[in-house]
Amino acid sequence: MSSLLVLAIVVAIGVVAFFVGRQRAAAHDNGAVKPHSRAHYHGWWAFLLAVLPAILLLAVWTIGSSFYLDRHIHAALPERTADSKVASEALDVSLVKSLAKGLRQLDANTTLPTTFAELQPMLAAKGVALASDTQDYMIPIAVEANAVQSRLGLFGAVITLALSIAGAFYALRQIAPRARARNNVEKLMLWGLLAASTIAILTTVGIVLSMLFQTISFFESVSPMSFFFGTVWDPRFAAAGSGGSQGQFGLIPLLAGTLYIALVALLVAVPVGLMSAVYMAEYASPKVRSVVKPALELLAGIPTIVYGIFAVVTLGPFLRDLSAALTGGSPFIQGQSIFTAGLVMGIMLIPVVSSLSDDIITAVPRAMRDGSLGLGATRSETIKRVILPAALPGIVGAILLTASRAIGETMIVVLAAGVAANLTVNPFEAMTTITVKIVNQLTGDLEFNSPQTLVAFALGLTLFALTLVMNIVALYIVRKYREQYE
Amino acid sequence: MNIMTEQSLENAVGEKMSAKSNEVIKMRGDKVGVFYGEKQALFDVNLDVRLNQVTALIGPSGCGKSTFLRCLNRMNDTIDSARVTGKITLDEEDIYDKNIDVVELRARVGMVFQKPNPFPKSIYENVAYGPRIHGLAKRKADMDQIVESSLKKAAIWNEVKDRLQEPGTGLSGGQQQRLCIARAIAVSPEVILMDEPCSALDPIATARVEELIDELRQNYTIVIVTHSMQQAARVSQRTAMFHLGYLVEEGATDKMFTNPDDQRTQDYITGRFG
Repeated sequence: MSSLLVLAIVVAIGVVAFFVGRQRAAAHDNGAVKPHSRAHYHGWWAFLLAVLPAILLLAVWTIGSSFYLDRHIHAALPERTADSKVASEALDVSLVKSLAKGLRQLDANTTLPTTFAELQPMLAAKGVALASDTQDYMIPIAVEANAVQSRLGLFGAVITLALSIAGAFYALRQIAPRARARNNVEKLMLWGLLAASTIAILTTVGIVLSMLFQTISFFESVSPMSFFFGTVWDPRFAAAGSGGSQGQFGLIPLLAGTLYIALVALLVAVPVGLMSAVYMAEYASPKVRSVVKPALELLAGIPTIVYGIFAVVTLGPFLRDLSAALTGGSPFIQGQSIFTAGLVMGIMLIPVVSSLSDDIITAVPRAMRDGSLGLGATRSETIKRVILPAALPGIVGAILLTASRAIGETMIVVLAAGVAANLTVNPFEAMTTITVKIVNQLTGDLEFNSPQTLVAFALGLTLFALTLVMNIVALYIVRKYREQYE
Repeated sequence: MNIMTEQSLENAVGEKMSAKSNEVIKMRGDKVGVFYGEKQALFDVNLDVRLNQVTALIGPSGCGKSTFLRCLNRMNDTIDSARVTGKITLDEEDIYDKNIDVVELRARVGMVFQKPNPFPKSIYENVAYGPRIHGLAKRKADMDQIVESSLKKAAIWNEVKDRLQEPGTGLSGGQQQRLCIARAIAVSPEVILMDEPCSALDPIATARVEELIDELRQNYTIVIVTHSMQQAARVSQRTAMFHLGYLVEEGATDKMFTNPDDQRTQDYITGRFG
């Protein structure tokens, strides 16, 4: 019995339990005792008790039985010998599993041939393609595995349905005028909300851990010293299997490029964004605001790859030609440069800065403005001397959040900044960033276990740590700012 | 009826003016009306504010007294939908005239708000804010002098003289309100408008601020909006009663609280108002 069918039946039991529960609770309400909970709460409680434990059990059972099946197949496979025809044990097991999956497509009463060579055309007729190194001895194991799996599935379905029915009956038995079904549902809601909020946190932990293990295996072949303090980035691309050649993985040029481009972007985005936020919050009439603000936020909705294309196709060549025209000869701005990438990224970040700062400036209490205006200050004096200082911690927080976006930005720099890992102070030359190199190292047919690929995880983890620290500092500042009034 | 009262009052004032200088009319509202968008909040208010006296504006919530107060230094300008009709003069000069600089006007007619609103700056900087933007002090010593005398006039100097560099927001509510009064005084206004200055304060802080208002009367003209009848009776010389956007009656505080002309005033001050 498939898990999906079991799930559907469990939900159906729950729905029935809901209606029965509601019916019963309504019948109990004869006016003699004031009921504690309204009828539909009893219904919901019955539904939840019928469905939730059963689904949890089903999930655990499904995961557990797949582990069990793996071990079972593993045990049934013959001892590996030096001349085994398949590369690894894990591959063996997965071959058997796909074979078993294929066999399930065949009619139950087909007599199976004993060799794979005969079996393959039969399966191919059913549209099942199998790897050619499937061995003859795997066929009986696959048949056996199918039998075990269907037994496990049936047993799981039976106990799941039993638990569901038991849950429903337990809840229905509890129904009484003074039963606290409402509080029970409330408690379960709380657990549901808690589970939802934990998912994001657990995922973050999972991401960090998965990168951590790859990073550790990277540091087994390259010393952390030469990674963090190396000034040369030259990973020497080695195609899969060739092995041997060891490159240099110096983080410094990438880190410098990342920070340099982010700095240029912030130099563009912060003044423009802040000034537009001040205009929006303090001067714009409601009519203007209702047009300009959404228009500005529309900028934030443009995919960054589009900004990248704009940078590399339009702005980059334009700046190069402009600089060539200025000097009358060779251009001093390269087609791909820190300046171009930073400029376009800055434009992308303007709505981020302005929308965050707008919220912060609007949050400064009206009493502050009135106090200053009431003393005979002009609007701009009020903004400069009262509102911006009051909003400053929040604005700094907003800038830090923006900076971490700039550091993590990928598509614009992939297209506009170039791939050359230079160390330069000239903003008109190409430089590359951590994100660009992650993309470079992970694309292409590199051997996965080579340091050339694994370095991407080390870079990713470094980037994560960098933005994490910035976000924590930003949140700390924003929180401190919130305590200021009241 | 209203016009009659107004007429006779003006005559009375005119007679007294020749005799007593403190009956000089500092500000005069002439048929003042205020609209918020389509809605009219204030109708044809004729009200005079006399020099070196405290004028109290009383009336139930939403009667237009705060609206009228905010007209006196054009704070209503900061509300987009607000529109003012009629004429308001300060020393015979129309404050809604095109030639009037509203920023300069607000320096002459200062304001203290309902909720204490010190800036998130030090106590010193709070008081120095106004003089600094108006360029009233050339040197640091002058500024120190202005800050000290303003804080003394606001009767808060002794409490804060050792902590001038600490944030103004760290003071207690009553101290904050006196700091705001000091801040208003620091730009040497001629008129100080107070919008329910004690409504966020406890009785002890209220008593201190009321005392202060009485002292300030020597040098400034004060208009105060209040919900407390006792406060109006204690601190003011003139009282104006507003209701539903109209000025009901205006007169000497003593008379208003003992023998008002209008039944609505009688009902309101005795607490019988709906």
